[in-house]
Amino acid sequence: MALVEVRNVSKIYHLGGEEIRALDNVSLDIEAGEFISIIGPSGSGKSTLMHILGCLDTPTKGTISLDGVMIQGASPRQLAAIRNQKIGFVFQFFNLLPKLNVVQNVELPMIYAGCSARERRERALEALEAVGLANRSKHRPSQLSGGQQQRVAIARALVNRPRIVFADEPTGNLDSHTGEAILALFRQLSTQGRTIVLVTHDPEIAAVTPRRIEIRDGKIAAKVDLTLAGLDRSPRSGPAAGAAP
Amino acid sequence: MKKPHLPHLPPESAAAVRHSTMNIWITVGVGFREIWAHKFRSLLTMLGIILGVASLVAMSALVKGMENGAKEALVAIGGLEKVRVEPQELPPEQRHLRDQALGLTINDVRALAAGAPLVTRISPEMRVPANVSANGKNFRPFICSGVWPVALEMSEHTVLHGRMFNDLDDEMARSVCVIGTATRDELWGAPDQVGREIIPVGETLYINGVPFTIIGMFQHYESEQDRKRREAEAAARAAAGPPTQNAGLSRDRGRGGRGRGNFIFWLKNATIYMPLNTAYMKFRSGVTLAGFGGRGGGGGNGGAAGATGDPRLSSLELKIMNVDLLPQALQQVRNVLMSTHRGIEDFTFRTQEDWAENINTFIRNARLSGGLIAGISLIVGGIGIMNIMLASISERVREIGIRKSIGASTGDIFVQILVESVVIAVLGGVAGLAASLALVTGISSLSPTGNAPVITAGAMSLAFAFSVVIGVLAGLVPAIKAARLDPIQALRYE
Ligand SMILES: Nc1ncnc2c1ncn2[C@@H]1O[C@H](COP(=O)(O)OP(=O)(O)O)[C@@H](O)[C@H]1O
Ligand SMILES: [Mg+2]
Repeated sequence: MALVEVRNVSKIYHLGGEEIRALDNVSLDIEAGEFISIIGPSGSGKSTLMHILGCLDTPTKGTISLDGVMIQGASPRQLAAIRNQKIGFVFQFFNLLPKLNVVQNVELPMIYAGCSARERRERALEALEAVGLANRSKHRPSQLSGGQQQRVAIARALVNRPRIVFADEPTGNLDSHTGEAILALFRQLSTQGRTIVLVTHDPEIAAVTPRRIEIRDGKIAAKVDLTLAGLDRSPRSGPAAGAAP
Repeated sequence: MKKPHLPHLPPESAAAVRHSTMNIWITVGVGFREIWAHKFRSLLTMLGIILGVASLVAMSALVKGMENGAKEALVAIGGLEKVRVEPQELPPEQRHLRDQALGLTINDVRALAAGAPLVTRISPEMRVPANVSANGKNFRPFICSGVWPVALEMSEHTVLHGRMFNDLDDEMARSVCVIGTATRDELWGAPDQVGREIIPVGETLYINGVPFTIIGMFQHYESEQDRKRREAEAAARAAAGPPTQNAGLSRDRGRGGRGRGNFIFWLKNATIYMPLNTAYMKFRSGVTLAGFGGRGGGGGNGGAAGATGDPRLSSLELKIMNVDLLPQALQQVRNVLMSTHRGIEDFTFRTQEDWAENINTFIRNARLSGGLIAGISLIVGGIGIMNIMLASISERVREIGIRKSIGASTGDIFVQILVESVVIAVLGGVAGLAASLALVTGISSLSPTGNAPVITAGAMSLAFAFSVVIGVLAGLVPAIKAARLDPIQALRYE
């Protein structure tokens, strides 16, 4: 069983009698340990798909299983716990809380997990170490550069040791140099065995991942799997390829 | 959020997810941080609660003070067990019997002593409208009466200097009297004014021109509060060294015993007693028969002796065995008097119960109106909190979205906003309690009754509990609104 199994998922919005199919009958699998990108032009439904996969939103039709849990059956409270324990989000606009300093921001998910203060501080510093920002722990987000803020956001996404990390246009608000550094960080995390889903409109960025899913008008337009073609040059611990058709 | 209800969460994976709620102290900490981040705004928000709590506590302290003062005064005039019997105009159907009415006489006193077992003490009184003079000065005492020695206990008097006249003095109709401190103050000077306490026992006092020897003086009556203040001043004076005339005068002004609320005590001090027989012998033509304070002089109600030749009394004061037996006691007294007066109802009863009842009604009304005002300002404070919390969550839509995306549940957000609102209200409540102390100190100097306000723990905890409840109620709507925010909308919010 794949880590994420999406079956015939549609998301339909009704705007003034008009039907908008943000997602139209999407099916896909994501294996544990995969580094995968979801690519498509703006408005194609990438963010909608990511929100549904990340239990922030519910599909109109179709089913999703995440780490063996059928999302449809879960209560809002269980969904919150799943987001807290199994999922990490990285957003385009960093989404740090400006009133908290760096380490407090990273501790936030562990507060909702009910960890002790000591454990929170320890693990937050560890996560900051992993993204190379241990020496900035007392700074405010506003005192950091964009790239540093995004690293803090990544540390926060990782700190509860989630099963999967979703990154929605994580370099969209950064200059190309900083963006590359962030991508390098994701690649490094992937080599450590993390499951990472990179959402982007930029084919160049998508090129860093061995597998790509292309979305257009809410439908899957193409699935590219370099690991199958033997073209994958990224040194990652390979997933079980068995699920691919 | 319509979704097909598909296979339920398998038990083992449900167990794999930890359901934990944010620690309440962390939430309180977040609330404090949020309030601290908007110090001025939070202070303005709290103002309503501060004023509400302060006015609630201060109001109840004032009312409590009045209540205490009223009770003290009630005891000073003889308590609830005291009943006055006074002469009264005949009822219309008995008007034609007017010339048969005897009024209250010593005969009634004897009859009551024999026939009204529920009455424990009887004190006849013959009131003399008096103008007294001595030491070259004049004074009109409030009460100048001929009484039996029993009047001492009846009216809660204590003779501190000299002695009370006794039955012998009465029998011999001696020209002796016992005075209250007000008479001394007016004729010889108050201790504050002359710097020492003058005790005019043995001096001669002219009552309506008739010389009397002062054989005793009552203690000085004053409210608990006045006594404390006077003692504090005396201590301060002792510490400051020998008194000077000037200091004494200015202090006297501060004491302000008579013009204001301690009227009851002043009245009691302005009392002169002489033996009943003396009053009858010397002033029989001038005895007042109508109830209170008739100072108009002698003539009107005329003849001091009834048909039997018995002296007519101004009033009788009775002490009954037990307040609870008041109706029965009054019935006994009525029966006895109806028989001695041959069915002519020329007397009436005055009890302190009406007065006590009036006090209670007044206290209740004061409490109600004060509580209403305080309650309204607490509600206004609550509306202020709700308003600010609503504004605050629309400012923090993004924060709420972020918190939800990293795992905050609807309940976590609800509790966070609610706690914030309660923290504001509680801080306001604590500040209000502090403000109430200041308010009470300020008001007590302006208090119309001169009774020291008493802050009670009950009032404080009630006010505090109110502020917590207001905080919860005010936070409810904003908390529900925040908890319901869609995290995706919240995250898209730029
Ligand atoms: N709440 C909504 N109501 C109506 N339409 C929406 C809503 N959210 C997204 N959409 C539409 O769904 C489509 C996909 O949006 P989105 O997933 O944000 O695209 P992308 O992330 O690929 O740019 C867009 O056409 C967008 O207008
Ligand atoms: Mg998008």
